Amino acid sequence: MEEKENHNTHNHSYAPYIIVWLALLTFTAITVAVAGINFGNATIAIALIIASIKTYLVLTIFMHLNIENKTFKIFVVIAIFFLAISFVLLFSDYYNF
Amino acid sequence: MSSEGDVAVHVHRDDEASKLGMWLFLFTELTLFGGLFLMYSVYRYTHQAEFHLAAKNMNTFIGALNTAILLTSSLTMALSITALQRGSKKLSLSFQAITIFFGLIFLVNKYFEWTHEIHIGNFPGSESLLNKSQGDILFFGLYYVMTGLHGLHVIIGMVVIAVMMRFTIKNAITRTNYVKLEAAGLYWHLVDIIWIFLFPLFYLIS
Repeated sequence: MEEKENHNTHNHSYAPYIIVWLALLTFTAITVAVAGINFGNATIAIALIIASIKTYLVLTIFMHLNIENKTFKIFVVIAIFFLAISFVLLFSDYYNF
Repeated sequence: MSSEGDVAVHVHRDDEASKLGMWLFLFTELTLFGGLFLMYSVYRYTHQAEFHLAAKNMNTFIGALNTAILLTSSLTMALSITALQRGSKKLSLSFQAITIFFGLIFLVNKYFEWTHEIHIGNFPGSESLLNKSQGDILFFGLYYVMTGLHGLHVIIGMVVIAVMMRFTIKNAITRTNYVKLEAAGLYWHLVDIIWIFLFPLFYLIS
């Protein structure tokens, strides 16, 4: 009984997942459409921004980070932060500022 | 002490810790693929024009189709957990089966893509590729390693979900104890996220 109470604190609905899935498909269509237009150097930036938005949706809704304990969110942010650091430091070697 | 109710209360289980363990494992996957993405970004930066030309060989339609397939499989994975939470074991099993099925279709598409590339001589070490520029060789090397490793993850994910289906049938995964299914779902979604980045980087840069 104790467990059941825990699990009933969230409202289990299919709707949010279907909405997020439609959003993900829409973003995929947008990214394909945008790739056909030549924005020069901005093209890759736009593609990566859209990919990041899609990732955010998957992390928060599909992977339940929105209803998860705060510890999980902090862990994920730190993991992404360190990955970002490796990219920045690597490119500081290649890119001429 | 021996009544059914007492047993249920004394179950030693920590779902939060189980999930945290799964997330920690996913972070190691992030470093595995992160390293490859780092390598991709540097080579792309140093061979920009060649990467753009090499990407022209990619079939954007199949790439986009596979993206949609994998996104849909992520949806059915998430729905399988919701179905179980709502008490429908049958529906949850169906969603898990559909997820595996989508994974299979993804791999079949991948198989056709690879066979096509290999047929026209775009594979590591082939004579026609070695005669091309350094950028082409790097692009296809990265393409095979990254999509190959990703494909391997899809296969592992399918096996894991199949095991989860067995657990569900045997009632080792139930309405009140589904952390195993959640962990399998987290893995499947990570594989989806990796593809979300692979798709634009290999198919949409031409």
